[in-house]
Amino acid sequence: MTSDRPADAGDRRRLAPITAFTVAVALLALPLVGSSYLVSVATLALYLAYVGQAWNVMMGFAGQLSLGHSLYVGLGAYVAAGIFVHFGVGPWAGLWLAVAICSAVGAFIGLLAFRLRISGVQLSLLTVAFAELARIGFDHLDWFGGPGGLFLRVADRNHIDLLGFRGPPAMYYYAMLALAAGALGLCAFLLRRRPGYYWRAIREDEIAAQALGIDTFRWKMLAVVLSSAMTAIAGVFFAFYNNSLFPEQIFGFGRSIEIILGPVIGGLGTLFGPVVGAVALVLLGDGTTEILAKAGVELPGARQVVHGLLLLLVTIYLPNGLWPPLARALGVRPRRL
Amino acid sequence: MPALPYVANAVISGTLTGIVYGLMALGLSAIFGVVRLVNFAHGELMTLAMYGAVGAFQGLALDPFLTMIAAAVVFGGFGYVLQRGFINRFIHRPEHLQMLLMIALAIIIGNGLLLAFGPDARSVQTSYQLDSFELGPLLVDKARVYAAVAAVVATALLAAFFRFTLTGKAIRACADNPIGARVAGLPVAHLYAVTFGLGAASVAVAGCAMVQLIDVTPGLGPGYTLLAFVIVIVGGLGSMVGALLGGLAIGVSEALAGLLITPSAKSMVSFGLLVVLLLVRPQGLMGPGRR
Amino acid sequence: MGSVTRRTFGVAAASTLAIYAFPRRVGAEAAKLKVGLLLPRSGLQALIGQSCQRGADVAPELLRQRLGVDVELMNADTESNVDTARSRAERLIEEGAQVLVGAFDSGHTAAIAQVAEQRGVPHIVNIAAAPQITEQGYKFVFRNFPPAPEIGRNGLVLLGDIFRESKVAPKTAVFMHVNDTFGQAMAKGVAALLPKLSLPFKVVDTIPYDPAAKDLTVEVSRAKATNAELLLLVCRLNDAIVLRREMVKQRWSPMGVVSPGSPGLYEEQFSKGLGKYGDNCISNTVWFNPKNQITHDFAAAFKKRFPKDEFAFHGINASYTFDAVLIAADAFKRARSTDPKALAEAIRQTNIPATDRVSFGGPIKFNAKGQVEGNRSVVIQNLRGKPTVVLPAELAEGKLVFPMPKLG
Repeated sequence: MTSDRPADAGDRRRLAPITAFTVAVALLALPLVGSSYLVSVATLALYLAYVGQAWNVMMGFAGQLSLGHSLYVGLGAYVAAGIFVHFGVGPWAGLWLAVAICSAVGAFIGLLAFRLRISGVQLSLLTVAFAELARIGFDHLDWFGGPGGLFLRVADRNHIDLLGFRGPPAMYYYAMLALAAGALGLCAFLLRRRPGYYWRAIREDEIAAQALGIDTFRWKMLAVVLSSAMTAIAGVFFAFYNNSLFPEQIFGFGRSIEIILGPVIGGLGTLFGPVVGAVALVLLGDGTTEILAKAGVELPGARQVVHGLLLLLVTIYLPNGLWPPLARALGVRPRRL
Repeated sequence: MPALPYVANAVISGTLTGIVYGLMALGLSAIFGVVRLVNFAHGELMTLAMYGAVGAFQGLALDPFLTMIAAAVVFGGFGYVLQRGFINRFIHRPEHLQMLLMIALAIIIGNGLLLAFGPDARSVQTSYQLDSFELGPLLVDKARVYAAVAAVVATALLAAFFRFTLTGKAIRACADNPIGARVAGLPVAHLYAVTFGLGAASVAVAGCAMVQLIDVTPGLGPGYTLLAFVIVIVGGLGSMVGALLGGLAIGVSEALAGLLITPSAKSMVSFGLLVVLLLVRPQGLMGPGRR
Repeated sequence: MGSVTRRTFGVAAASTLAIYAFPRRVGAEAAKLKVGLLLPRSGLQALIGQSCQRGADVAPELLRQRLGVDVELMNADTESNVDTARSRAERLIEEGAQVLVGAFDSGHTAAIAQVAEQRGVPHIVNIAAAPQITEQGYKFVFRNFPPAPEIGRNGLVLLGDIFRESKVAPKTAVFMHVNDTFGQAMAKGVAALLPKLSLPFKVVDTIPYDPAAKDLTVEVSRAKATNAELLLLVCRLNDAIVLRREMVKQRWSPMGVVSPGSPGLYEEQFSKGLGKYGDNCISNTVWFNPKNQITHDFAAAFKKRFPKDEFAFHGINASYTFDAVLIAADAFKRARSTDPKALAEAIRQTNIPATDRVSFGGPIKFNAKGQVEGNRSVVIQNLRGKPTVVLPAELAEGKLVFPMPKLG
């Protein structure tokens, strides 16, 4: 990753904090000034940013391309929703169970990857296989509603019930904002500490790292488990935000691809990449729909083609993602994970 | 447990279908084995070929088995150009970038097909489509037999090519030792392109065979890409015999699963097989011994 | 390597955000009702969505003639995706939609219902079968479509009618169903109801199959192996075609192929794709009432606007979608206001007589949960390539053929 020295140091060095401050204020104020539609779109963007950040931990830290991350979203969602529907256990308690189970599954996959040395294509396909097994499996589990779906009882949406995680869209927006900011903060924090140095060492040259006495297996496992745990939280959010879960929709391969598009387009392995990528995807996706609608043109499937084209263009011309050039423009050195 | 004729019918049907799956996976195996490219757009290429076959049938009244030859040529050429002109630049980039490039192509082709043809299922309705051979208590689907025969012929041709022709041997050399091949002066870029072309051609032939068995919709791609990968990994990356064996394994196991367990869960068997194989023998059934 | 200058970034960001930040505020025009229509026009459910859209397209003109009411349709595509469904619903409300109609898929409908309830905008469900949609205690969600268990019950009762009419009854049946939302709900309903309805047959095997499966050879083989006399089928279009083809290939001729209430058998591509083999398959399903004057008007307007489309093939989707818009227009006429809360109140008081609706059933009246009761099913049989009503007798357009002729 190249580092850039800002050309006009004084001017550019001020730009980054100003931008950051403006963005922070805008994000905090959004539900107060923006329309309900804007809030729902922004919530989606933040969700994608968060889940992309979680996925990025596995890719950036442990270097493993997971194409089945929808597994953790789905498991987290179903576990929390299941115990809510059947036992009345609220989301804050359900969260712990969801995280525990997903961490265990993540650890299992990590074990397979690192102990049995399954990597590259085989590992990616293994992750897909697990997600598919979960999809078909949950399709046959009546306790979780089967293909008919699991519906959560929706109480009054106008009162804020933090304990039950129910309330107006603004509440969900702020919750997602907190999660996304938290994920960003966590990754930034880890980067500056020992884990970050070890991870970078392992990624640069694993054998050299081992020679230095770093227990590479343990640190790679940590990355995988952290990634799955964080993704589980996204699943719990999803369950209580949408209030209906269908195995086809939540475990699908399309969902896994949706998760990785943000970080890839934004910048694999960078700190802000997933955020930038998620925002770009949502803006472009919804923007396309808006423009087409206003032009009176109806092209089913156009939005997905735009996503594909964006992915293609980024892969060809900006293989390091949108964030690095953006960062340079802002006079910031793009931080890699 | 159903009576023997039913089990026999299921196994036969699974075998025949498995052979066609094997041909489809063959192309993927060749491409990965030689070019080391993970072709996530494999299923979409097959879908494209299937639409072509439908178009040829509806427009020119061509039986899909005749279209096969034209399809092989067209897709072969297209594959060559695609690899040489475009994908070749990505060969030395990180693996995940290649995968993402092909995923992007897959999304564009798949949704492009939706835009062009709409969501309805299309099919060819040949005269023999609904006929069956009757062998005592066994009823064997005619179209399935013809498709399997075509797949076997195509596989044999491909195997002969790689075994006996100079280009084929050169390609195998590239796969075994890319640096050595370059040192020896082999035109690697050309050979990679030929391989990709062959892979595309074989998936096109598989598509023309497949269109007899199932209807085509724009969204078929990802499912078949996944299936092809499962077969290739079960059979062993880079092994052609392995791809066929893998196809058979998947075809028969799914058929038996449909009989013995809840049919709606039968796909779990293929994925289960994949997981087990990755754990026990990650190089696949016919893959080389562990290095 | 491209570089993004500060200026280009700023301009790009500002212009894209501008699309969202400033909703178009339209002045309230009390003479016109804005109906936000959410349907899957792309993605997996595109075909059905487009079918529903046709029913809606014909509505404004017809409603102006019949009710003297002006309805403006605002169309949105849910893209067969739940996140899109939600954000499109928000967007429509933002742009001034006073009533929402949609969205065929139960998952999307549930998401839209939440948005509607939260914003206090009435949501009329045209088609969606999951029972939970009207079990959530919503005050702004209304549905004029029977939930899956009710469809199943009506369908099974009609089976009895079929046997009585033809004076033949099977003793055994095999039940095949697609393993999706609708299939599973119907399977549960059938399992619960069969013992209570005193139908003459016994279900010897239940075979659920994967909706994405392309190869159903083994499933059909297993069904044939049961030697059941009747095939009860809950399916969708694509798998219905595959199944029927397999039946022909395996030379399996049960007494009848009957769906107690799912799509597939009566659809255009089934008949066109299978030719003569598509004939004589039976669907017990919700339908339009061919004897009502409004249906004649509707069919005529449909034919005029879409001359290439056979009305019968779009019957269900178009009729129920039209009726949803009709309910909105009728409520508007009584409420004399476009205020969503007033509209919701008016919808609760709806009482459209059975003769003034296109879809077949009793009067359109919403119970306390916002659900219309009394929507009825008919027996549809494919005769000469066209889905034809054969029972009940008062609506029949053709004669029932049961048992099915053996495959030659």
